[in-house]
Amino acid sequence: MGNAAEKKLPRIEINARLCKGCSICVDFCPTNVLEMRGTTAAVKDLAACTRCQLCDLRCPDFAIQVFD
Amino acid sequence: MSSPTGGVVKKEKVSVPFDYNKYLRPNKLPHIWCPGCGHGIVLKAMLRAIHNAGLNKDNVCVISGIGCSSRTPGYVDFNTLHTLHGRALSFATGVKFANPKLKVIVVTGDGDALAIGGNHFIHTCRRNIDLTVLVFTNATYGMTGGQYSPTTPIGSQATTSRYGNIEPPFDACEMAKASGASFVARGTAYHTLELEKTIQEALEHKGTSVVDIIDACPTYFGRMNKFKGASQMMEEIEKDKTVSVKQVDKLPPEKVQGKMLRGVLHKVDRPEYCEQYETLVMEKAKAK
Repeated sequence: MGNAAEKKLPRIEINARLCKGCSICVDFCPTNVLEMRGTTAAVKDLAACTRCQLCDLRCPDFAIQVFD
Repeated sequence: MSSPTGGVVKKEKVSVPFDYNKYLRPNKLPHIWCPGCGHGIVLKAMLRAIHNAGLNKDNVCVISGIGCSSRTPGYVDFNTLHTLHGRALSFATGVKFANPKLKVIVVTGDGDALAIGGNHFIHTCRRNIDLTVLVFTNATYGMTGGQYSPTTPIGSQATTSRYGNIEPPFDACEMAKASGASFVARGTAYHTLELEKTIQEALEHKGTSVVDIIDACPTYFGRMNKFKGASQMMEEIEKDKTVSVKQVDKLPPEKVQGKMLRGVLHKVDRPEYCEQYETLVMEKAKAK
Protein backbone atom coordinates (compact mmCIF):
# COMPACT_ATOMS: atom_id res chain seq x y z
CA MET A 1 0.00 0.00 0.00
CA GLY A 2 1.21 3.51 -0.76
CA ASN A 3 2.40 5.67 2.10
CA ALA A 4 1.04 9.09 2.98
CA ALA A 5 3.47 10.96 0.71
CA GLU A 6 2.29 9.12 -2.41
CA LYS A 7 -1.39 9.32 -1.48
CA LYS A 8 -3.36 10.96 -4.23
CA LEU A 9 -5.34 13.88 -2.87
CA PRO A 10 -8.89 14.54 -3.98
CA ARG A 11 -9.89 17.85 -5.48
CA ILE A 12 -12.69 19.67 -3.66
CA GLU A 13 -14.40 22.32 -5.73
CA ILE A 14 -16.42 24.96 -3.91
CA ASN A 15 -18.40 27.36 -6.04
CA ALA A 16 -18.30 30.68 -4.17
CA ARG A 17 -21.09 32.10 -6.35
CA LEU A 18 -23.49 29.34 -5.27
CA CYS A 19 -22.38 28.78 -1.65
CA LYS A 20 -24.76 30.49 0.80
CA GLY A 21 -22.76 29.63 3.90
CA CYS A 22 -25.26 27.34 5.63
CA SER A 23 -22.33 25.31 7.06
CA ILE A 24 -24.09 21.94 6.58
CA CYS A 25 -21.00 20.55 4.81
CA VAL A 26 -18.74 21.74 7.62
CA ASP A 27 -20.95 20.31 10.38
CA PHE A 28 -21.48 16.89 8.80
CA CYS A 29 -17.95 16.23 7.48
CA PRO A 30 -16.84 13.11 9.39
CA THR A 31 -13.13 14.03 9.19
CA ASN A 32 -13.32 17.83 9.60
CA VAL A 33 -11.92 18.64 6.18
CA LEU A 34 -13.90 21.84 5.81
CA GLU A 35 -14.26 25.09 7.73
CA MET A 36 -16.21 28.30 7.38
CA ARG A 37 -14.15 31.17 6.03
CA GLY A 38 -16.30 34.28 6.14
CA THR A 39 -19.62 33.43 4.53
CA THR A 40 -18.48 30.48 2.42
CA ALA A 41 -17.12 27.03 3.14
CA ALA A 42 -13.42 26.42 2.53
CA VAL A 43 -11.02 23.47 2.61
CA LYS A 44 -8.98 23.27 5.82
CA ASP A 45 -7.37 19.83 5.72
CA LEU A 46 -7.47 18.19 2.30
CA ALA A 47 -5.33 15.21 3.33
CA ALA A 48 -8.02 14.09 5.79
CA CYS A 49 -10.66 13.77 3.04
CA THR A 50 -11.93 10.21 2.56
CA ARG A 51 -14.00 11.04 -0.55
CA CYS A 52 -17.19 10.00 1.27
CA GLN A 53 -19.12 12.66 -0.70
CA LEU A 54 -21.35 13.56 2.26
CA CYS A 55 -20.67 17.28 1.72
CA ASP A 56 -21.76 16.98 -1.91
CA LEU A 57 -24.83 14.88 -1.03
CA ARG A 58 -26.04 17.27 1.66
CA CYS A 59 -25.15 20.60 0.03
CA PRO A 60 -28.49 22.28 -0.76
CA ASP A 61 -26.91 24.76 -3.16
CA PHE A 62 -25.01 22.62 -5.71
CA ALA A 63 -21.90 24.44 -4.47
CA ILE A 64 -19.47 21.68 -3.45
CA GLN A 65 -18.19 18.60 -5.28
CA VAL A 66 -15.36 16.17 -4.57
CA PHE A 67 -13.37 14.93 -7.56
CA ASP A 68 -11.17 11.89 -7.23
CA MET B 1 -15.40 5.72 -14.10
CA SER B 2 -11.89 4.86 -12.94
CA SER B 3 -11.40 3.17 -9.59
CA PRO B 4 -8.86 4.81 -7.31
CA THR B 5 -5.53 3.01 -6.97
CA GLY B 6 -4.60 1.21 -3.77
CA GLY B 7 -6.81 -0.80 -1.49
CA VAL B 8 -9.00 2.05 -0.32
CA VAL B 9 -12.03 1.26 -2.48
CA LYS B 10 -15.04 1.06 -0.20
CA LYS B 11 -18.14 -0.87 -1.22
CA GLU B 12 -20.24 0.94 -3.82
CA LYS B 13 -18.98 4.44 -3.08
CA VAL B 14 -19.31 7.00 -5.83
CA SER B 15 -15.87 8.17 -6.84
CA VAL B 16 -16.90 10.63 -9.52
CA PRO B 17 -19.39 13.33 -8.49
CA PHE B 18 -22.80 13.36 -10.10
CA ASP B 19 -23.18 15.86 -12.93
CA TYR B 20 -26.24 17.81 -11.80
CA ASN B 21 -25.87 20.39 -14.55
CA LYS B 22 -27.13 17.81 -17.04
CA TYR B 23 -30.59 18.07 -15.44
CA LEU B 24 -30.52 21.71 -14.34
CA ARG B 25 -30.93 25.10 -15.93
CA PRO B 26 -27.59 26.35 -14.56
CA ASN B 27 -28.25 29.98 -15.49
CA LYS B 28 -31.18 29.99 -13.01
CA LEU B 29 -28.87 29.22 -10.08
CA PRO B 30 -28.35 30.20 -7.30
CA HIS B 31 -31.87 29.18 -6.33
CA ILE B 32 -34.11 31.32 -4.12
CA TRP B 33 -34.11 28.91 -1.16
CA CYS B 34 -32.60 30.22 2.06
CA PRO B 35 -29.18 29.08 3.35
CA GLY B 36 -29.59 25.59 4.79
CA CYS B 37 -33.05 24.94 3.29
CA GLY B 38 -33.58 21.21 2.84
CA HIS B 39 -35.33 21.61 -0.51
CA GLY B 40 -32.01 21.80 -2.34
CA ILE B 41 -30.90 18.49 -0.82
CA VAL B 42 -34.17 16.84 -1.80
CA LEU B 43 -33.94 18.26 -5.32
CA LYS B 44 -30.50 16.71 -5.70
CA ALA B 45 -31.77 13.32 -4.50
CA MET B 46 -34.65 13.63 -6.99
CA LEU B 47 -32.27 14.35 -9.89
CA ARG B 48 -30.07 11.38 -8.99
CA ALA B 49 -33.14 9.14 -8.71
CA ILE B 50 -34.37 10.25 -12.15
CA HIS B 51 -30.90 9.56 -13.56
CA ASN B 52 -30.72 6.12 -11.90
CA ALA B 53 -34.20 5.22 -13.13
CA GLY B 54 -32.85 5.80 -16.65
CA LEU B 55 -35.57 8.25 -17.65
CA ASN B 56 -35.24 10.38 -20.77
CA LYS B 57 -35.32 14.10 -19.96
CA ASP B 58 -37.92 14.75 -22.66
CA ASN B 59 -40.29 12.14 -21.21
CA VAL B 60 -40.34 13.62 -17.73
CA CYS B 61 -42.75 16.34 -16.67
CA VAL B 62 -42.26 18.10 -13.34
CA ILE B 63 -45.32 19.93 -12.04
CA SER B 64 -45.70 22.08 -8.95
CA GLY B 65 -48.16 24.38 -7.23
CA ILE B 66 -47.17 27.41 -5.18
CA GLY B 67 -44.71 27.66 -2.34
CA CYS B 68 -41.00 27.37 -1.66
CA SER B 69 -40.77 23.75 -2.78
CA SER B 70 -42.85 24.55 -5.83
CA ARG B 71 -40.06 26.71 -7.24
CA THR B 72 -38.33 23.45 -8.22
CA PRO B 73 -39.60 23.32 -11.84
CA GLY B 74 -37.85 26.62 -12.51
CA TYR B 75 -34.45 25.04 -11.96
CA VAL B 76 -34.80 21.65 -13.62
CA ASP B 77 -34.40 21.01 -17.33
CA PHE B 78 -37.46 18.80 -17.98
CA ASN B 79 -40.91 19.61 -19.26
CA THR B 80 -42.14 21.78 -16.42
CA LEU B 81 -45.33 23.42 -15.18
CA HIS B 82 -45.68 25.89 -12.32
CA THR B 83 -49.38 26.00 -11.54
CA LEU B 84 -51.96 27.24 -9.05
CA HIS B 85 -51.74 26.87 -5.30
CA GLY B 86 -52.75 23.34 -4.34
CA ARG B 87 -53.81 22.40 -7.85
CA ALA B 88 -50.58 20.79 -9.04
CA LEU B 89 -52.18 17.34 -8.80
CA SER B 90 -55.13 18.42 -10.95
CA PHE B 91 -52.83 19.75 -13.66
CA ALA B 92 -50.72 16.61 -13.37
CA THR B 93 -53.78 14.39 -13.75
CA GLY B 94 -54.62 16.30 -16.94
CA VAL B 95 -51.10 16.01 -18.32
CA LYS B 96 -50.88 12.30 -17.54
CA PHE B 97 -54.31 11.62 -18.99
CA ALA B 98 -53.49 13.51 -22.20
CA ASN B 99 -50.17 11.71 -22.64
CA PRO B 100 -49.89 8.56 -20.51
CA LYS B 101 -46.38 7.92 -21.84
CA LEU B 102 -44.99 10.86 -19.85
CA LYS B 103 -43.45 10.28 -16.43
CA VAL B 104 -45.19 12.91 -14.36
CA ILE B 105 -43.61 14.05 -11.11
CA VAL B 106 -45.46 16.41 -8.79
CA VAL B 107 -43.34 18.49 -6.44
CA THR B 108 -45.40 20.03 -3.71
CA GLY B 109 -45.10 21.39 -0.20
CA ASP B 110 -46.98 20.15 2.85
CA GLY B 111 -49.31 23.15 2.86
CA ASP B 112 -49.82 22.93 -0.88
CA ALA B 113 -50.62 19.21 -0.86
CA LEU B 114 -52.41 18.70 2.43
CA ALA B 115 -54.22 21.97 3.14
CA ILE B 116 -54.94 24.00 0.02
CA GLY B 117 -54.93 20.96 -2.25
CA GLY B 118 -56.10 18.43 0.33
CA ASN B 119 -59.06 17.21 -1.70
CA HIS B 120 -57.02 16.89 -4.87
CA PHE B 121 -54.51 14.85 -2.90
CA ILE B 122 -57.17 12.46 -1.59
CA HIS B 123 -58.82 11.97 -4.96
CA THR B 124 -55.55 11.50 -6.84
CA CYS B 125 -54.68 8.73 -4.40
CA ARG B 126 -58.16 7.24 -4.76
CA ARG B 127 -57.89 7.07 -8.56
CA ASN B 128 -54.40 5.57 -8.42
CA ILE B 129 -53.30 7.48 -11.51
CA ASP B 130 -49.63 6.93 -12.33
CA LEU B 131 -48.06 10.04 -10.73
CA THR B 132 -45.07 10.39 -8.44
CA VAL B 133 -45.94 12.87 -5.72
CA LEU B 134 -43.07 14.29 -3.67
CA VAL B 135 -44.35 16.16 -0.62
CA PHE B 136 -41.66 18.43 0.85
CA THR B 137 -42.71 18.54 4.50
CA ASN B 138 -41.01 21.44 6.26
CA ALA B 139 -43.88 22.09 8.71
CA THR B 140 -44.27 25.73 7.75
CA TYR B 141 -45.45 28.10 5.03
CA GLY B 142 -42.03 29.52 4.27
CA MET B 143 -42.89 31.72 1.30
CA THR B 144 -45.53 33.76 3.11
CA GLY B 145 -43.68 34.29 6.37
CA GLY B 146 -43.74 31.17 8.51
CA GLN B 147 -47.40 30.47 9.32
CA TYR B 148 -48.13 27.04 10.81
CA SER B 149 -49.00 24.35 8.32
CA PRO B 150 -50.94 21.04 8.52
CA THR B 151 -47.78 19.20 9.58
CA THR B 152 -46.52 21.59 12.26
CA PRO B 153 -46.10 19.56 15.48
CA ILE B 154 -48.21 20.41 18.54
CA GLY B 155 -46.53 23.04 20.71
CA SER B 156 -44.34 24.46 17.94
CA GLN B 157 -44.04 28.18 17.40
CA ALA B 158 -45.08 29.84 14.15
CA THR B 159 -45.97 33.40 13.20
CA THR B 160 -49.64 32.43 13.56
CA SER B 161 -49.19 30.40 16.76
CA ARG B 162 -47.17 32.61 19.07
CA TYR B 163 -48.18 30.60 22.15
CA GLY B 164 -47.54 27.24 20.52
CA ASN B 165 -49.54 25.29 17.96
CA ILE B 166 -52.54 23.38 19.36
CA GLU B 167 -53.60 21.63 16.13
CA PRO B 168 -52.61 17.97 15.76
CA PRO B 169 -50.53 17.48 12.61
CA PHE B 170 -51.48 15.39 9.57
CA ASP B 171 -49.54 12.25 8.76
CA ALA B 172 -49.27 12.52 4.96
CA CYS B 173 -48.37 8.83 4.62
CA GLU B 174 -51.37 7.57 6.61
CA MET B 175 -53.63 9.89 4.65
CA ALA B 176 -52.27 8.70 1.29
CA LYS B 177 -52.56 5.07 2.35
CA ALA B 178 -56.13 5.49 3.59
CA SER B 179 -57.09 7.31 0.38
CA GLY B 180 -55.83 4.44 -1.77
CA ALA B 181 -52.35 5.35 -3.02
CA SER B 182 -50.57 2.17 -4.08
CA PHE B 183 -47.07 3.28 -3.03
CA VAL B 184 -46.45 5.29 0.12
CA ALA B 185 -43.01 6.07 1.51
CA ARG B 186 -41.21 8.55 3.69
CA GLY B 187 -37.70 9.95 3.51
CA THR B 188 -35.70 12.78 4.98
CA ALA B 189 -33.15 15.22 3.60
CA TYR B 190 -30.67 13.96 6.21
CA HIS B 191 -30.75 10.36 4.89
CA THR B 192 -30.13 11.52 1.36
CA LEU B 193 -28.93 8.25 -0.21
CA GLU B 194 -31.87 6.38 1.27
CA LEU B 195 -34.15 9.11 -0.06
CA GLU B 196 -32.63 8.74 -3.52
CA LYS B 197 -33.45 5.01 -3.53
CA THR B 198 -36.95 5.62 -2.19
CA ILE B 199 -37.69 8.18 -4.92
CA GLN B 200 -36.31 5.82 -7.55
CA GLU B 201 -38.59 3.06 -6.29
CA ALA B 202 -41.50 5.51 -6.37
CA LEU B 203 -40.67 6.47 -9.95
CA GLU B 204 -40.57 2.83 -11.01
CA HIS B 205 -43.89 2.00 -9.36
CA LYS B 206 -47.02 1.99 -11.51
CA GLY B 207 -49.79 3.96 -9.79
CA THR B 208 -49.93 6.91 -7.42
CA SER B 209 -46.67 6.98 -5.47
CA VAL B 210 -46.50 9.39 -2.57
CA VAL B 211 -43.18 10.16 -0.89
CA ASP B 212 -43.39 12.34 2.20
CA ILE B 213 -40.00 14.02 2.58
CA ILE B 214 -39.14 15.66 5.88
CA ASP B 215 -36.79 18.61 5.45
CA ALA B 216 -35.91 21.68 7.43
CA CYS B 217 -36.90 25.34 7.17
CA PRO B 218 -34.14 27.04 9.19
CA THR B 219 -35.36 30.55 8.44
CA TYR B 220 -38.86 30.36 9.91
CA PHE B 221 -39.48 27.07 11.71
CA GLY B 222 -35.88 26.91 12.90
CA ARG B 223 -35.55 30.43 14.22
CA MET B 224 -38.93 30.45 15.90
CA ASN B 225 -38.32 27.12 17.61
CA LYS B 226 -34.86 28.04 18.90
CA PHE B 227 -32.77 25.90 16.58
CA LYS B 228 -29.25 27.16 16.04
CA GLY B 229 -29.11 26.30 12.38
CA ALA B 230 -29.90 23.91 9.58
CA SER B 231 -27.46 21.25 10.79
CA GLN B 232 -29.05 21.10 14.24
CA MET B 233 -32.51 20.80 12.67
CA MET B 234 -31.33 17.97 10.44
CA GLU B 235 -29.87 16.15 13.44
CA GLU B 236 -32.77 16.67 15.83
CA ILE B 237 -35.78 16.49 13.52
CA GLU B 238 -34.72 14.36 10.59
CA LYS B 239 -32.24 12.00 12.25
CA ASP B 240 -33.40 11.65 15.85
CA LYS B 241 -37.15 11.72 15.26
CA THR B 242 -37.33 9.12 12.51
CA VAL B 243 -36.63 5.41 12.43
CA SER B 244 -36.24 3.14 9.43
CA VAL B 245 -38.95 0.51 8.82
CA LYS B 246 -36.19 -2.04 8.43
CA GLN B 247 -34.93 -1.43 11.98
CA VAL B 248 -38.23 -0.89 13.74
CA ASP B 249 -38.75 -4.55 14.72
CA LYS B 250 -35.26 -4.91 16.16
CA LEU B 251 -35.39 -1.83 18.39
CA PRO B 252 -36.86 -1.73 21.91
CA PRO B 253 -40.28 -0.01 22.06
CA GLU B 254 -39.02 3.03 23.97
CA LYS B 255 -36.63 3.88 21.12
CA VAL B 256 -39.44 3.78 18.58
CA GLN B 257 -42.09 5.67 20.54
CA GLY B 258 -43.03 9.03 19.08
CA LYS B 259 -40.84 8.57 16.02
CA MET B 260 -41.88 8.64 12.40
CA LEU B 261 -41.20 5.71 10.13
CA ARG B 262 -38.85 6.09 7.21
CA GLY B 263 -38.70 3.95 4.08
CA VAL B 264 -41.38 2.22 1.98
CA LEU B 265 -44.45 2.01 4.21
CA HIS B 266 -47.07 0.66 1.82
CA LYS B 267 -46.85 -0.97 -1.58
CA VAL B 268 -49.70 -2.80 -3.32
CA ASP B 269 -50.67 -3.58 -6.89
CA ARG B 270 -53.90 -1.89 -7.88
CA PRO B 271 -55.34 -1.16 -11.34
CA GLU B 272 -53.95 2.10 -12.70
CA TYR B 273 -56.40 4.79 -13.83
CA CYS B 274 -55.08 5.53 -17.36
CA GLU B 275 -54.82 1.83 -18.18
CA GLN B 276 -58.31 1.13 -16.91
CA TYR B 277 -59.69 4.00 -18.96
CA GLU B 278 -57.96 2.73 -22.08
CA THR B 279 -59.31 -0.77 -21.51
CA LEU B 280 -62.82 0.63 -21.14
CA VAL B 281 -62.49 2.67 -24.35
CA MET B 282 -61.22 -0.35 -26.28
CA GLU B 283 -64.02 -2.56 -24.95
CA LYS B 284 -66.71 -0.08 -25.91
CA ALA B 285 -65.12 0.54 -29.32
CA LYS B 286 -65.11 -3.20 -30.04
CA ALA B 287 -68.71 -3.57 -28.93
CA LYS B 288 -69.90 -1.05 -31.55
